[in-house]
Amino acid sequence: MSWTRKILRVNLSKGSCTSEPLNMEWAKQYLGQRGLASKYLSEEIDPKCDALGPDNKLIMATGPLTGTMASTAGRYSVICKSPLTGAIACSNSGGFLGAELKFAGWDMIIFEGKSEKPVYLLVQDDKVELRDASHLWGKTVWETDDILHQTHQDPQLRVACVGRTAENGCLYAAIVNDKHRAAGRSGVGTVMASKNLKAVAVRGTQGVGNLEDAKTFMAAVDAGKGVLAENAVTGQGLPAYGTQVLMNVINGVGALPARNMRDVGFEGAENISAEAMAEPRASDGKPNLTTNAGCFSCTIACGRISTVDKTHFSVKDKPQYHGASGGLEYEAAWALGADTGIDDLDALTYVNFLCNEDGFDPITYGATVAAAMEMFEEGVITTKETGGIELKFGNTEAFVAVTEALVANEGFGPDLALGSKRLCEKYGRPELSMTVKGQEFPAYDPRGIQGMGLTYATSNRGACHLRSYTVSSEVLGLPIKTEMGDAEGKPELVKAFQDVTALVDSAGLCIFTTFAWGMDNIAPQIDAACEGDWSVEGCMEAGERIWNMERMFNTAAGFTGKDDNLPPRLMKEAIKSGPTEGQVSRLDEMLPQYYQIRGWTEDGTVTKETQQRLSL
Amino acid sequence: MNVSIELYASLMKHLPPGKSRFRRDLKVDDGLILNRLIEQFHIKPEEAHLVLINGHYIDAEERDDRKLAAGDVVSIWPPVAGG
Repeated sequence: MSWTRKILRVNLSKGSCTSEPLNMEWAKQYLGQRGLASKYLSEEIDPKCDALGPDNKLIMATGPLTGTMASTAGRYSVICKSPLTGAIACSNSGGFLGAELKFAGWDMIIFEGKSEKPVYLLVQDDKVELRDASHLWGKTVWETDDILHQTHQDPQLRVACVGRTAENGCLYAAIVNDKHRAAGRSGVGTVMASKNLKAVAVRGTQGVGNLEDAKTFMAAVDAGKGVLAENAVTGQGLPAYGTQVLMNVINGVGALPARNMRDVGFEGAENISAEAMAEPRASDGKPNLTTNAGCFSCTIACGRISTVDKTHFSVKDKPQYHGASGGLEYEAAWALGADTGIDDLDALTYVNFLCNEDGFDPITYGATVAAAMEMFEEGVITTKETGGIELKFGNTEAFVAVTEALVANEGFGPDLALGSKRLCEKYGRPELSMTVKGQEFPAYDPRGIQGMGLTYATSNRGACHLRSYTVSSEVLGLPIKTEMGDAEGKPELVKAFQDVTALVDSAGLCIFTTFAWGMDNIAPQIDAACEGDWSVEGCMEAGERIWNMERMFNTAAGFTGKDDNLPPRLMKEAIKSGPTEGQVSRLDEMLPQYYQIRGWTEDGTVTKETQQRLSL
Repeated sequence: MNVSIELYASLMKHLPPGKSRFRRDLKVDDGLILNRLIEQFHIKPEEAHLVLINGHYIDAEERDDRKLAAGDVVSIWPPVAGG
């Protein structure tokens, strides 16, 4: 329905909900979702504010294509200042909530202030109200979702909420919608809980409308779906194997980090791979993977729905985990598995269930445990701190125990809730935190894949693969193959991926479409739906504008070029064996070129000329 | 000479019975060309999207000329992606 042109502003301090018109001048420059909400945040908060104070704002934003028939058009993002990094946070989620918000007639919800007591927001089309959530505080995501459905007696109600980890101040808590889709990274759930906002429940009945040129839009959408269906990756590979198919690929090319990135290459990778998930297990003859699943309007359906072996020690006496639920995606399987040295598929699936049930980012969590394990093996952390748990790499029982401690906020749990940066600083070993700007790495070693080092270092939300997924080119050959060990050409590649991704994230579409779609598939869909110049050139310029705006927010928050860095391990400790043996990240070569291509100063500041060129 | 082949994802269906999940050890003629090995497993060229020898990427254009050496491990994936 393109833009609804309406924003819901919720002042939690006052308990007020007001409707206001969308700033269409900004919408034509920043499109929607990530871009437009980041513009609102940049204009409305002090980037230096306390991320967990009432001055921070939290925006749930859809894109103009969210809720339409375009493939994957169910996305929404949560934008705020991150408590984990201090930088701008933007976490993107699928499922069905984003489209429902659009059906209710809202482009975005801006939450400001802080409620005196726990509340949830109920949105039923134009009828919006804050309701008491005292009875929901202390409940898990799954319990909260069930209670709200029972209360409102509407199976089509869509719920996004935080779990107990967010309430307890875990710095990487997620906002989970539809029980297992998450705005997972950078602690956006922690910000939501800091405002005493437990949940957002949405029901919309207003359907689709307001398309600039409906006939052209439907033709462009139809053509786009055809491309996705015919493409071997989006039409066959992703639905059959999901993202987890990468486990063996990345291990095979010598870029799978293991054991807190101390090693590259994990001997247990195949046991936690997509192929292993599809194998019948010995106990009941059923595979871990129950089915694939799609988000709203998705014609790819890469999602994994899994079960844990009921006889496995982690769930043996816990029937609540015997059903099918959101299973392992690649990044989670890596962080929870290879990075901790654990190859027990059932244990990892159970821990992933806990990440969904209580809303915390499995990437940051797994990497934080990995850092703790390295410190334990070095004797920096002992059983005194862990409450008797032998937190060594590969100890599955220990991993399950500390995860349950995190959820219960007991024992070693509060230490793990800090994230690896603060945890490693607390124990005097800051160099063992595998982070950029305080956020943990995902599943690609930047020593092996050079473009990913630059991607991580310059990501506006800290280490992240979803800001420029150059793996696509450097490993998978999509759209063209580049050599993963080369630094040459990577600044240009990273910039192009960053700009395209910023635009796609602002449209309401899923970034996975770009395995098959180029901008010449995407721009016509946006252009037909939206007022303004959304030609290929217009889209690329908007993507670049959004990237630079986020950068300027971070500069105003106090970040400089010195923060575009990688931990010393990745710059100095060469890969010890395998096809990438001897490699370190060559970030030092790539970064100055990247700044130059971006039109930034030598210390990474956006120049006045670049600001003017992009109308910033 | 002895080489090994690893087939992943949907290509696993081409593997003959064996103990390993992905890998089969083979005896082949000395200097066997990579594409001839791929053909022996009835893998269509468009299915062999990502081909590695000992972890190193082999471009499609090189596969008709590339001779295998004893001990080589050939790993093949169909078009896949993730993230």
